[in-house]
Amino acid sequence: MADTTVPYSTGDSKIGETTIGEMRELAARYPEGRSALLPMLHLVQSVEGRITPEGIEACAAVLGLTGAEVSAVATFYTMYKRRPVGDYHVGVCTNTLCAIMGGDLIFERLKEHLDVGNDETTEDGKITLEHLECNAACDYAPVMMVNWEFFDDMTPESATQLVDDLQAGNEVKSPRGATICTWKEAERVLAGFPDGRADEGPTGGKATLAGLRLARERNWTAPAGAQARTTDDSRKED
Amino acid sequence: MLTPVLSDNWDQIRSWQLASYQRSGGYDALRTALRMLPADVVTAVKDSGLRGRGGAGFPTGMKWSFIPQDNPKPKYLVVNADESEPGTCKDIPLMLASPHTLVEGVIISAYAIRANTAFIYVRGEVLHVIRRLQQAVVEAREAGFLGTNILGTGYDLDVIVHAGAGAYICGEETALLDSLEGRRGQPRLRPPFPAVAGLYGCPTVINNVESIASVPSIINNGADWFGSMGTEKSKGPTLYSLSGHVTRPGQYEAPMGITLRQLLELAGGIRDGHELKFWTPGGSSTPLLTAEHLDVPLDYEGVAGAGSLLGTKALQIFDETTCPVRATLRWTEFYKHESCGKCTPCREGTWWLVQILERLEAGQGDESDLEKLLDLSDNITGRSFCALADGATAPITSSIQHFKDDYLAHFTNGGCPFDPMLSTVFATAGATA
Amino acid sequence: MTIQANPPAGSEVERTDLVTVTIDDVEVKVPKNTLAIRAAEQIGVQIPRFCDHPLLDPVAACRQCLVEVVDAGNGRGMPKPQTSCSLTVADGMVIRTQISSPVADKAQQGQMEFLLINHPLDCPVCDKGGECPLQNQAMTNGRGESRFEGVKRTYPKPINISAQVLLDRERCVLCARCTRFSQQIAGDPFIELLERGALQQVGIYEKEPYESYFSGNAIQICPVGALTSAAYRFRSRPFDLVSVPSVAEHDASGSAIRVDYRRGKVMRRLAGDDAEVNEEWISDRDRFAFNYANTGDRLTHPLIREDGELRAASWPEALTFAAQKLTAAKGNAAVLTGGRLTLEDAYAYSKFARVALGTNDIDFRARPHSPEEADFLAAAVAGTGLGTTFADLEKAGSVLLVGFEPEEESPAVFLRLRKGVRKIGTKVFTVAPYASRGVEKLSGVVVQCSPGTEAAVLGDLRTTGEGGAAAQAALGSDSIIIVGERLATVQGGYSAALRLALDTGAQLVWIPRRAGDRGALEAGCLPGLLPGGRLVTDAAARVDLQAAWGVEHLPGTIGKDTDEIIAAAGSLQALVVAGVEIDDLPNPAAALAALAAAPFVVSFEVRNSQVTEHADVIFPVVPPAEKDGTFVNWEGRERPFPVVLKMPAAMPDVRALAALAQEMDSSLGFSTPAGAKKEFDELGRWDGDRAGEPTYQAGPALGAFDSTRLATWRMLIDDSRGNDGEPHLVATARRPVARISQTTAHRVGVHDGDELVVSTDAGSIRLPVAITVMTDNVVWLPANSADSHVRRSLHADHGSIVTIAGGNS
Repeated sequence: MADTTVPYSTGDSKIGETTIGEMRELAARYPEGRSALLPMLHLVQSVEGRITPEGIEACAAVLGLTGAEVSAVATFYTMYKRRPVGDYHVGVCTNTLCAIMGGDLIFERLKEHLDVGNDETTEDGKITLEHLECNAACDYAPVMMVNWEFFDDMTPESATQLVDDLQAGNEVKSPRGATICTWKEAERVLAGFPDGRADEGPTGGKATLAGLRLARERNWTAPAGAQARTTDDSRKED
Repeated sequence: MLTPVLSDNWDQIRSWQLASYQRSGGYDALRTALRMLPADVVTAVKDSGLRGRGGAGFPTGMKWSFIPQDNPKPKYLVVNADESEPGTCKDIPLMLASPHTLVEGVIISAYAIRANTAFIYVRGEVLHVIRRLQQAVVEAREAGFLGTNILGTGYDLDVIVHAGAGAYICGEETALLDSLEGRRGQPRLRPPFPAVAGLYGCPTVINNVESIASVPSIINNGADWFGSMGTEKSKGPTLYSLSGHVTRPGQYEAPMGITLRQLLELAGGIRDGHELKFWTPGGSSTPLLTAEHLDVPLDYEGVAGAGSLLGTKALQIFDETTCPVRATLRWTEFYKHESCGKCTPCREGTWWLVQILERLEAGQGDESDLEKLLDLSDNITGRSFCALADGATAPITSSIQHFKDDYLAHFTNGGCPFDPMLSTVFATAGATA
Repeated sequence: MTIQANPPAGSEVERTDLVTVTIDDVEVKVPKNTLAIRAAEQIGVQIPRFCDHPLLDPVAACRQCLVEVVDAGNGRGMPKPQTSCSLTVADGMVIRTQISSPVADKAQQGQMEFLLINHPLDCPVCDKGGECPLQNQAMTNGRGESRFEGVKRTYPKPINISAQVLLDRERCVLCARCTRFSQQIAGDPFIELLERGALQQVGIYEKEPYESYFSGNAIQICPVGALTSAAYRFRSRPFDLVSVPSVAEHDASGSAIRVDYRRGKVMRRLAGDDAEVNEEWISDRDRFAFNYANTGDRLTHPLIREDGELRAASWPEALTFAAQKLTAAKGNAAVLTGGRLTLEDAYAYSKFARVALGTNDIDFRARPHSPEEADFLAAAVAGTGLGTTFADLEKAGSVLLVGFEPEEESPAVFLRLRKGVRKIGTKVFTVAPYASRGVEKLSGVVVQCSPGTEAAVLGDLRTTGEGGAAAQAALGSDSIIIVGERLATVQGGYSAALRLALDTGAQLVWIPRRAGDRGALEAGCLPGLLPGGRLVTDAAARVDLQAAWGVEHLPGTIGKDTDEIIAAAGSLQALVVAGVEIDDLPNPAAALAALAAAPFVVSFEVRNSQVTEHADVIFPVVPPAEKDGTFVNWEGRERPFPVVLKMPAAMPDVRALAALAQEMDSSLGFSTPAGAKKEFDELGRWDGDRAGEPTYQAGPALGAFDSTRLATWRMLIDDSRGNDGEPHLVATARRPVARISQTTAHRVGVHDGDELVVSTDAGSIRLPVAITVMTDNVVWLPANSADSHVRRSLHADHGSIVTIAGGNS
């Protein structure tokens, strides 16, 4: 049986003047305000920890839409959650390549380790576990995501260590991203309000640079063009 | 062998920052382009032979020339950065390492089609990429490359970084437009085509990240330079993404037309002690190929000649430990999950296909089920609203074509004869799940 | 064989705009841009379809209508089957449908099989069974057996998406007809596709039910049994029903409907298909409000008042009783006919008044009215025939509404205006205190106006804010000015509208609220107007009519209008009242007093009413379903309808009046609706002098500068007795609120949602406040909704001065 999990209200919505103001600000960034609906729903999640009725109604009011029109959008996209998400959204890619490379086993291990099912949150409210579709990091399979930051080349052991660290409140850094913030903070960035962490982390990981390193080793370059390229060997990363 | 152009600055310190990008010659192309007439920029891209890097391979310059410049409505450029095709992982590392390559390409391309607003629609599930894109746009604006009267030329452009929210279908360009308009990401009827009535009903160009990011190098080095790489009809350097059971997976930027055999050599071959069983040339929507296709030139014509599609050049490599039935089922589940629901064959067909494949993987079935799968695939392929469902049937028809014996083995075995542990990366490390 | 498709009536398709296509080896010429599915219909080929609907934008979602294009008109075929619902034909195109193409046939069977895998096998208990496009097309175009052996998608049983509409999600084939109708046609996107992929489903936002005045159309166009109405669900099987085409009686549009009955009882009504009038849509009121005559208060036999009590009487006895009194009252009797009569019935009353009662004291206007209105109607409307049409509305460059709320008062007009707005960008302006939801859905611009000052505003649009200036600029020969009956409350209103039309070259059209209004006008149910637009004061017209009627004399002085009749009731000898609701009259208390004062009251009624309570003799007449007749819609178009329920001895007003006249030794010359219509048609429209156009001056603004004026109009679904017997419909009525501006709210110290008390000397109304962007010092109330019966409680009307205060103060 399939049914909709309708957003429910707990009566303690945190959507207020500030958020409404930010929604208007988002709408003003676009030639037509409705384009801001996806960012606005991310903003709702950053405030509420999920999509709430109050969030839907605020979006509808700001954009002059019906609740049904907003719900139609909020229920279409998988990143919008109707149940509260923990501080850390932990995703395990189980699309074919990652699954075969070990994603399936990692996901099973984590369900057992955290004692939750798919799309469920640990009792301490720290971690929501979900299996993901391809997250465009196949050269780092098996891949995990924490609050939409990459964790590459995972094993069951590194996966359990990762969630243990998150639950314990230890600082965790993405190998190709920033220090892990909370899911709500991440949602705020997705809404279009930067958090100033863009400079954290490397340019890319080992796989990203695999071809380039080989080319450098073997002195392979593209043919010289009208304008010589000016890459600076002295300024290479590591 | 390898021709790093897009990836050439990825090993520079803080390559994502404006300063680093400019040290590598960044934004020189913009200055050049802004001294050209917009139509000449279009011509340069046309002459280069650049074809869309998002999978379809449509000539980029020709796409731009479809924008009716006598249409009084605003024109828009939309970058499709919704990289979600299983196996595809080139645009995300590009934007992470060098977002300014894209931003510079956006400005030049927008100038060419006379757009004053451009959007980068990036999938929402890549937080750090979005951070870097947001910062790059701010940096470019502060440096005078964006905003009003860019570099004193009188040209104005605003770029909006727009995060999606989780829907593979938004990689389909008209679904992306609906999504960008704040709607459900479901594909639109064509005609009208986006070039005539796209975003907000206005003339719109939608290009893949890699296509747009290729533009500065074309302006810098010329169309001939670009065309000097690659094959007759598939020109230029491009990112090939190797993943799976390969020794050194990753991004390999090479001229169009390189073969998988060559790429595997560069990447250290199939992982130790194993052999190639099957691979996708361009993501899961492109029919599977096998070891017999190792020497197929990886350009549009070559792969099409082998019965598949070049797609996004996402080479997912699977060795002999992999069960093709399991792989096919998982892909089919993906397409079912990502079907937008708009049209019948995709919505209902993927629902049905998953049920059949689940049963077959569990060993319950016979050869007639394979006939049924092929017939259902025939009723889906080319009958659905967009190409998503064509992609959904690709693994099924091609896996039955190449690995019928593996299916039959499931039936005689009463279940999957493969040990999933053997195909994991940690199998050889002695780890246990 | 070549077939030339008949272009739709009214369209001017040049031969050069035709293209020739070949479908299943048959050549057909169709207008350019015709969809292949329509072109196939022209040669009698029915391509199966679900999402396709001729009045909705193509969506090509269900994929059922796939055809093979062997030549796209350029010598090349299309590699993949194409959806014929979205494929516009090109000259030279060669198409093969399921009839001649194995590819198309297999593609269609494949889609049908997919649609059925998740469709329940509950046809035996499904309302749609027997008239279901899925069922029918599965039989004609589907596989004999399904190959699906898996698990079907199921949902909990039906959900109420409104008080009236239920949704069985597992039956839904996701064609999106309902959601597209709601969004594109009605402008009420309260239902949407929710979720994604195989879980995609139609739904509402939990707190906003699907309360659209047009929701029933979504049920009707659902190609499966997914949408049902609370009113009809499980009531009947289609093959047990007898269908009769008819015309809706709830507004002045004359919408085509289909009435389905079983064993003497109407089971449901559906929208008819009339491209020139209501296309394929009707309001929920026209669809669901048909039980009003069967709610237990139906009059079944004549009644006579004896010693203050009503008693049953036979028809002869009652006729004799009434005839005696009326004969005695000849020359001093009056007739109120109301706005619900057919043309035939109205004509009978009109002739009865003049011939049998010898009076011009007759008025159909059971609502606020004015002598200026009567002059306007005589000059500009009566006897003018078919004027501005629905099709004109759809093609207008701009439309100015004055005293008219299309969605509330004439839903078919609203839909046609909205079509114009959506298709060609018709600009809509409204002279009103605020933009109602209906006006918002027309993207309408408000010309701010305090109630009662409409005439002044029309006289000087240019200076009435941005809205007025924009309206003035937009008005021209491609414009239409629509005036409603509410303008009768505004002195100089109709005169100003006429002047504006003359000055700008715009068409002017009067759209009343009731189905019988225009017919009554044509029939001469006005004190100064005889049938066919003849003026009472025109001797030549009277002579013409005397000759036609075979009478020697017709009264030649203008009679009393409704207000005057009520005021004079005590001095009249008799009052004849047809279907009039007291609460519709300008001052219900005065009307009741008049009924009490009138020495003799004859009532022709369907149901017990406040009039029958005071009547001395009551003749039970039948509702539209039980008689034949004609409504004349606001266009001036005659909308005849046949009897639906044939009841023995059914008494339409015509027949009762004929019998009464005979009993009075007079004669109407006909005794059936058909007879009345024949005579009316023979009489024809007056082609002599017409009345001059009225030139009343705008009245002075009433009250002090900061006094509060009342704006009020009736909602489509309100406390009308016409809605009795259909509680699900009434439950979808819009919640009554009192609207005031922020400034006005501040003045009286209330906030949004507070209670507001609106009062006059006669009484008060309490409603929650809805702060609205609107003219200051104006309060708007629904005229006849729950807790807001303006005329009954306040004896006030549009433009009256009222007092407002916070409910807690």
